[in-house]
Amino acid sequence: MSNRIANAFKQKAFVAFLTAGDPTIEKSEEYIGRLIEGGADVIEIGIPFSDPIAEGPVIQAANIRSLRAGCDLNKIFTLTENVRKKYPDTAIVFLTYLNPVFKYGADEFFKKCAEIGTDGIIVPDMPFEEKNEIAAPAKKYGIEIISLIAPTSEDRIKQIAESAEGYIYIVSSMGVTGMRSEIKTDIGSIVEAVRKYSDRPAAVGFGINKPEQAQKFSALADGVIVGSAIVKMIEQYGENAGDALYEYAKQMKEACLSAGK
Amino acid sequence: MENGRYGIHGGQYIPETLMNEIHKLEECYEFYKNDKQFNEELDTLLREYAGRPSLLYYAEKMTKDLGGAKIYLKREDLNHTGSHKINNVLGQVLMAKKMGKTRVIAETGAGQHGVATATAAALMDMECEIFMGKEDTDRQALNVYRMELLGAKVNAVTTGTMTLKDAVNEAMREWVSRVDDTHYVLGSVMGPHPFPMMVRDFQSVIGKEAKQQILKLEGKLPAAVVACVGGGSNSMGMFYDFIGDKDVKLIGCEAAGKGVDTPQNAATIANGTLGIFHGMKSYFCQNDEGQIAPVYSISAGLDYPGIGPEHAYLHDTGRAQYVPITDEEAVNAFEYLARTEGIICAVESAHAVAHVIKTAKDYSPDDCIIICLSGRGDKDVAAIARYRGVKIYE
Repeated sequence: MSNRIANAFKQKAFVAFLTAGDPTIEKSEEYIGRLIEGGADVIEIGIPFSDPIAEGPVIQAANIRSLRAGCDLNKIFTLTENVRKKYPDTAIVFLTYLNPVFKYGADEFFKKCAEIGTDGIIVPDMPFEEKNEIAAPAKKYGIEIISLIAPTSEDRIKQIAESAEGYIYIVSSMGVTGMRSEIKTDIGSIVEAVRKYSDRPAAVGFGINKPEQAQKFSALADGVIVGSAIVKMIEQYGENAGDALYEYAKQMKEACLSAGK
Repeated sequence: MENGRYGIHGGQYIPETLMNEIHKLEECYEFYKNDKQFNEELDTLLREYAGRPSLLYYAEKMTKDLGGAKIYLKREDLNHTGSHKINNVLGQVLMAKKMGKTRVIAETGAGQHGVATATAAALMDMECEIFMGKEDTDRQALNVYRMELLGAKVNAVTTGTMTLKDAVNEAMREWVSRVDDTHYVLGSVMGPHPFPMMVRDFQSVIGKEAKQQILKLEGKLPAAVVACVGGGSNSMGMFYDFIGDKDVKLIGCEAAGKGVDTPQNAATIANGTLGIFHGMKSYFCQNDEGQIAPVYSISAGLDYPGIGPEHAYLHDTGRAQYVPITDEEAVNAFEYLARTEGIICAVESAHAVAHVIKTAKDYSPDDCIIICLSGRGDKDVAAIARYRGVKIYE
């Protein structure tokens, strides 16, 4: 496992997502820094896509803002490289739909990922069966493919967990990304099923936004992933979201830690 | 994965949340497609309710006027609900019902697929929600009201380009939220496997009938079959039974909008490149960074940046040929068919008519050509008037 990802999960981890280039690529760099300083252990950098079918309205809007502001892959690579230089120990993963990677050329893409210090990749529209689109080049350049497990995965958990790399992304709820006041899925039993087949850390995402939720799901798993709540803050504060993000990350990390070891 | 591939195209590129559901759908389809009772029920619906077989009409005036091949029109416009979409919808909704689903959702561009889905849902007592781009709800307001009359809820999609692609995005998002009681009635030969295969099979009745009819009327196969292509369901349905008949040309007409060399078109084969989107690998209009391009056509039903994977494969192998047709050519053909044969066809289908107007004379009078007239054009009358700058009061 990537050392940075392994280290991130030594304690209960707070995984923070934002869409690169929203509102600008410069602000993304600043905001990632503030999230890390607040306590984020893993940064998921969202590569904007014209048609993000797994996202709810909040992250969809961020994708549009980013693309309109002229974000592109080269800018995201530079952003990532800068973050890596400043924070050599924080795990960084990309979240991207498959098409931008495919179009760029998977081999070139992962070569670049390795050069700039990316640790992993999450591809929401690439299920286990289609992993071969990127598996070989990802492996060649040492980039870990982070798999998602959903409430509907059931008998699929075994095959996914057995070949899992990095951390396992447990999707808390049906549907798309977005803040939820209540998560009804029995996360405990999904984590239990995952643990049977894998010793990789498991983080819960989709819908989590409050410290109480962070504490609750960190207790059941190895950490939580927060996206929409962060992106919403960026939407709300625009160019001045730094302090709010720092405070939020601090609060969420504390909540994760309060769940124990 | 061998299954669901057409050469390099096809596949199942969808979120994990949908994987078990899509596998269940595959299994159910494999079962029902060979199930005697299911097929009898579907045949009855197609015959008694949809009005099949559809006519193969000899367009004599058009033939004489153009001076070349004998032109036949496969009259899918005469089906109940006014287009070929009902063929697929009756199959999928009947199957969804048997799977225990109580609710169907669908995307729609021109509204024809939405109307067909709302119709089948009304008939089979299913709850129904339709996703339609805001742009399309405006240009096809009549179809929106038709769907509502049929008891469906119509959601105007305001994301992205507010057209068919965005309606598919929203329908997929809705399906991910509610797979337990809901079946997504995809309207074209696109999306993740098994949809391209299933929709093709349900639509292949078009080509099967056409083949029997032309053999009976002419005693030989046509020189060419011609159909419009957006996602590609009427064309795939028309082509499928003729793929093995190597002498029959298969010609798909895609929407060139204001021209293939302008930014405003939806000509996927002419301008698209290989990509992965909406669950499938195929050709898409996209930029160098893999962002899906905003596309344009006067025809809401062809206004889609991709093409079904089997079409992509037929293109790769050279078995089918894809030609771009502009708005102007399609509108001219729309008017031509109305005046020449007294048939107002859908502006989508007019793309196929336009190609035949251009090429009929290249064939011998001993040849015949079948055009798939995929839908009727009542829905387009207002848009054509607007295009011509004519003010009409509805």
